[in-house]
Amino acid sequence: MDSITIIAVASIIIAGITTGFGTMGPALAEGRAVATALSSLAQQPDASATITRTLFVGLAMIESTAIYCFVVSMILIFANPFWNHIIAAAAKK
Amino acid sequence: MHLSPDQTIFWQHGFVKLNATIAFTWALMALLAGGSKLITRNLSTGLERSRWQNLLEIVVTGIAKQIEEAGLSEPRKYIGFLGTLFLFVAMGSLCNVFPVYQPPTASLSTTAALALCVFVAVPFFGIEEQGLGNYLKSYMRPTFFMLPFNIIGELSRTLALAVRLFGNMMSGAMIAGILLTITPLIFPMVMTLLGQLTGMVQAYIFSILATVYIAAATRIRKPTPAPVKP
Repeated sequence: MDSITIIAVASIIIAGITTGFGTMGPALAEGRAVATALSSLAQQPDASATITRTLFVGLAMIESTAIYCFVVSMILIFANPFWNHIIAAAAKK
Repeated sequence: MHLSPDQTIFWQHGFVKLNATIAFTWALMALLAGGSKLITRNLSTGLERSRWQNLLEIVVTGIAKQIEEAGLSEPRKYIGFLGTLFLFVAMGSLCNVFPVYQPPTASLSTTAALALCVFVAVPFFGIEEQGLGNYLKSYMRPTFFMLPFNIIGELSRTLALAVRLFGNMMSGAMIAGILLTITPLIFPMVMTLLGQLTGMVQAYIFSILATVYIAAATRIRKPTPAPVKP
């Protein structure tokens, strides 16, 4: 295998693993957060505005970790710096 | 497949480029500024109001109420900055219903610029509210050893603001693009609807986080009461 193939294979596999594992943790965390928020909404419907606002902010914080993984895998697939470097080096020869 | 609207170039002359990000940012700014100018041209204080004035009043008082609930007691002072952030990001994703349009917030340059505005505004409002010395001292709370961590936190939350908005907007556009090639009939419309919801939530998140950061910087610390001796 030449280096172009190795980089392509590694990038594709790692991109899949990154999104797969990167969404697993935030999904569990968001499920816990929503479940807790729902039970506290059922207990205190009067505080719904505060609970909902805090829930949304917290969910966005949690979700940003998944978004980081998504951005990394998108960079690996569509704008891979190592791939571009190898292609440029091959073109120079 | 375009990763960001930076790569859609309308016009180029040597070094100077006019890409979709710049064009749609200016279009949005013209829409927001021109629309508000048109509506506020003849305001009335009586009971007879135009419906557009009602709309703007709902928007402005709604944003002011949200800012106040998030911890800033004088919302009118900050609404110029925070409300503009919210309206720009919200309109940027709301205009997605137009065919050729690409949201400028799907480009990392735009979101980085917005996050840098927040990065500059937080110390600005903080120093204005509690003075230079007190603001700088707030970096050394609770102890002196927290100074590097506070500075790193300041930088990393700016990065997080930029990448969060960019990732959400970019993923919305990209999912719509991928689905158009797989199931072009009705399903992309549903995902666009979901993208609208995500866009509004992200606009809310972005402005509420900026509000919370400013509220944390402007809070004047009360001197700790001296311990009562028995």
